Amino acid sequence: MSDLTRLTAAELADKIQKKDVSAVEVAQAHLDRIAAVDKTVNAFLYVDTERALSAARAVDEDVAAGREPASPLAGVPLALKDVFVMEGAPTTCGSKILEGWSPPYDATVTRKLLEAGVVILGKTNMDEFAMGSSTENSAFGPSRNPWDLDRIPGGSGGGSSASLAAFEAPLAIGTDTGGSIRQPGSVTGTVGVKPTYGGVSRYGLVAFSSSLDQGGPCARTVLDAALLHEVIGGHDPLDSTSIDAPVPPVVAAARDGARGDLSGMRIGIVTEFQGDGYQAGVTAAFVQAVETLKGLGAEVVEVSCPHFDYALPAYYLIAPSEASSNLARFDAMRYGLRTGDDSANSAEQVMALTREAGFGAEVKRRIMIGTYALSSGYYDAYYGQAQKVRTLITQDFEKAFESVDVLISPTTPTTAFRIGERADDPMAMYLADLCTIPANLAGTPAMSVPAGLSDEDGLPVGLQVMAPALAEPRMYKVAAAFEAARDAASGGALIHRVPELEA
Amino acid sequence: MPNISRDEVAHLARLARLAVTEDELDTFAGQLDVILQSVARVGEVAAEDIPPTSHAVPLTNVFREDLVRPGLTQQQALAGAPAAEDGRFRVPRILGEEA
Amino acid sequence: MTAATVLDYDEVIERFDPVLGLEVHVELNTHTKMFCGCPTTFGAEPNTQVCPTCLGLPGSLPVVNRVAVESAMRIGLALNCEIAPWCRFARKNYFYPDMPKNFQTSQYDEPIAFNGSLDVTLEDGTVVTVAIERAHMEEDTGKSLHVGGATGRIHGADHSLLDYNRAGVPLIEIVTKPIEGMGERAPEVARAYVSTLRDLLRALDVSDVRMDQGSLRCDANVSLMSKGATEFGTRTETKNVNSLRSVERAVRYEMTRQAAILVEGGSILQETRHFQEATGTTSAGRRKETSEDYRYFPEPDLVPIAPPAEWVEQLRATLPEMPSERRKRIQADWQLTDLELRDLVNAGAVDLVAATVDAGASPAEARAWWVSYLSQEANSRGLELAALPITPPQVARVSALVAEGKLTNKLAREVIDGVLAGEGEPDEVVEKRGLAVVSDDSALYAAIDEALAAQPDVADKIRGGKVAAAGAIVGAVMKTTKGQADAKRVRELILERCT
Repeated sequence: MSDLTRLTAAELADKIQKKDVSAVEVAQAHLDRIAAVDKTVNAFLYVDTERALSAARAVDEDVAAGREPASPLAGVPLALKDVFVMEGAPTTCGSKILEGWSPPYDATVTRKLLEAGVVILGKTNMDEFAMGSSTENSAFGPSRNPWDLDRIPGGSGGGSSASLAAFEAPLAIGTDTGGSIRQPGSVTGTVGVKPTYGGVSRYGLVAFSSSLDQGGPCARTVLDAALLHEVIGGHDPLDSTSIDAPVPPVVAAARDGARGDLSGMRIGIVTEFQGDGYQAGVTAAFVQAVETLKGLGAEVVEVSCPHFDYALPAYYLIAPSEASSNLARFDAMRYGLRTGDDSANSAEQVMALTREAGFGAEVKRRIMIGTYALSSGYYDAYYGQAQKVRTLITQDFEKAFESVDVLISPTTPTTAFRIGERADDPMAMYLADLCTIPANLAGTPAMSVPAGLSDEDGLPVGLQVMAPALAEPRMYKVAAAFEAARDAASGGALIHRVPELEA
Repeated sequence: MPNISRDEVAHLARLARLAVTEDELDTFAGQLDVILQSVARVGEVAAEDIPPTSHAVPLTNVFREDLVRPGLTQQQALAGAPAAEDGRFRVPRILGEEA
Repeated sequence: MTAATVLDYDEVIERFDPVLGLEVHVELNTHTKMFCGCPTTFGAEPNTQVCPTCLGLPGSLPVVNRVAVESAMRIGLALNCEIAPWCRFARKNYFYPDMPKNFQTSQYDEPIAFNGSLDVTLEDGTVVTVAIERAHMEEDTGKSLHVGGATGRIHGADHSLLDYNRAGVPLIEIVTKPIEGMGERAPEVARAYVSTLRDLLRALDVSDVRMDQGSLRCDANVSLMSKGATEFGTRTETKNVNSLRSVERAVRYEMTRQAAILVEGGSILQETRHFQEATGTTSAGRRKETSEDYRYFPEPDLVPIAPPAEWVEQLRATLPEMPSERRKRIQADWQLTDLELRDLVNAGAVDLVAATVDAGASPAEARAWWVSYLSQEANSRGLELAALPITPPQVARVSALVAEGKLTNKLAREVIDGVLAGEGEPDEVVEKRGLAVVSDDSALYAAIDEALAAQPDVADKIRGGKVAAAGAIVGAVMKTTKGQADAKRVRELILERCT
């Protein structure tokens, strides 16, 4: 049974439809795996055993009755980042402030997954309100990287990436505000995709930074990510920023890419994202990846995006500003934690005491930075200027995409760092998102695909592929071609080299 | 270049409704100073004639028709409330505007 | 609370020029809220018209109500404003328990309509043009109920209870430019402006415009400048002004209060004040420890609004006849003198009379009922005319019954009273109270014969040709029939009997 957890989502869906295995058996295998290893990995904050099994039973009934599957992923288990609401399951966003809150509604992503027959196993751990790059900011303890349990699985979606690398789930949902899907994907040797902003509904995604947040698929293969992308993507009238257009045909692109021909494709290396500050093993793996892409027929050139150097500071103004406003609603009045309600304290005092007790240090820091950046007198120099830099970064992308089809870079400058290593140094932590942030600022799609292992520590390195808005198929094609070539070169998928976890 | 004093941190905390401790004031003052000095780099970019981007995707005129959609029942609305009374959310006394 | 010193009004005017700024909030009468599909019905059970969005639940998102935007643009057009070719919503950040997200989604420096004007006619016929700064869209807050303490007021309350049914109801805020040079008429101008604006909004059918229910609310900014000064003085903003009369009183009071401070060499504190209906005074709000900094920024969850010119013109074409034009037409149609028109307008009766005429009454009859009888009734009840529990069709029906000879004027008033007392439709009141004119001649003959028999000397006089003497017999018959006979008919029958 245990080998069911090693299969891809596409394989599992196929076996379920062919009645080689039942969806209940698949769900149970993953629930058993969670029971066995999650004490160690800490990927899940909540496991929804009963509803998972009942969803699986419904898929089995469809199969038995000969009905068309609800989607190509019917019966496949999935780990949902605890930032999407699901009626009847607690949503914490990794924060104490939402203690005891059970949302009365489903996120659009949740609804689409359920309608597609996807079996939601539970909710995954994350940095509090998605602020962080390591899950160390979760109020419920960090998740651990299955490649090395002393290291971080990335963040904010470290629970989702760890669940994939630990074979607790073949699919997961993440959200990417500055890299929170791609950076965890990179450091766990998994695939993570940030779609075009507006490509996946944000309705029911607890907002960190509204103009940057984007939900997306996480998987162990490019094809699985594409299959999930098509399930969760598409227009949603409940999200005003949702793009009213069909989901780009990413599954077809992934299948096309897997044939291994990238001739005619022009690929640009971002000049600014290499050199000092990049771990040697990361650079080596990236250089190797570039050679592989050339070998597939792609033309690779270098492209400068001069304003990308300002993406990090612009991001750390825009995201905290929006967050300071989005997180104002956590005030102890209507839901969640309430502290200090002793009949002497006023509502104002109870709000302040609850927010002090319920938010962790990083969330407080960002709220204060955002409050500062939006204050009268500072707005123009900080928030206003950051929004202008945002325009310049978009222009850099536009200019680059005039000459190349996709841009590439390492996903993150280093491999997984040790838990605690950057905990007291916010600026060092922020550097983890250096290469991923520009795509968030411009709203363009980007993904991370495993590039290889770093020579010095044997840990995964991610290759980031960036495409123009709504041009996801290009990026999936490149990633799928690369994945196939890389797997062929090293005799199998990288993910199977994760050390066996002690159960 | 910013130089964030303890008092400024206290002011920000008040605006943001955070009852920070004395120790936190010291820690945050130092950290915010470093962070703000670093992000102030956005000012190096000459961007006078550049329009700001508030939305990543240039959409306009997204509307909903004026049709009633089912919402929550009173019970659902109040289910997560720390305290409720008579169908309403019960909250501590409010220091209102009106004296 | 000690009463503030005030300066005599005449002296205020002698020494100072008042400057007004009026901010009117109008709740739109859309079926649903500004950003979600919850209903907006007034008076529902608490927290039954709520959803994740208007409760500000984590993960929820707003979507703009198209009709609310159209109403905002129609208001802008009716106020002669320019319509922004491109504008956005912004977040106004401040914490308050009645605001579920702790920010209000509003418009800041990009209002949908700006630079307009409204002509206001004062009681004596003077026309004042009030310049409109802007009209912008925003959302209403929830309502709090303060429990414990003295009188349900916030001060001294033990705890509060929150109902979010009103949270997210669409509001349009209409802001005037400074209104200067009105002198002693400033309070009257303030009232007339709000009244004219209310008529306009009613004609547009965009709001219930009920000040008593809060669907129309006015904040009055008042400042004084010394005669001859060129710079505005420090202003105060008075809230909680819940009727037209209060608008006038609040402005007048603030002028006298501020003047008293200024003549003593004091200075005015820029602050929010609250009008106290009972005393006709204003009182200061709680001092805040930190000055407000709303940290406005463009609302990232909503996309910009860029109304194409065709849409704007389409909306312009839907504008109804404006109240001022309508008045001119009515004056001509009904052949009213200026004075009669003014009485009609001042009584707030134009729409009611017009509707009564539409329902079949003559303009003179309809006017008579609303401007005299019903206005008095409204005054004595402390209600606005439109708030009386009687409708124009009901008044028209009473008027028709009089015209048909089925009611006398005196009986008609009783029927109106009956309708006001909630006894039902006019015909039902006639039935229940037995008010129909006694038109059965046989019954009248009996009463006449009885009266003639009782006063033989009078009967003889009539028979002798002294027709005027019939009055006494008419009086007696009317008494026997409890006034339900048509006096003219009784007279005819008496004369017939005596010849």
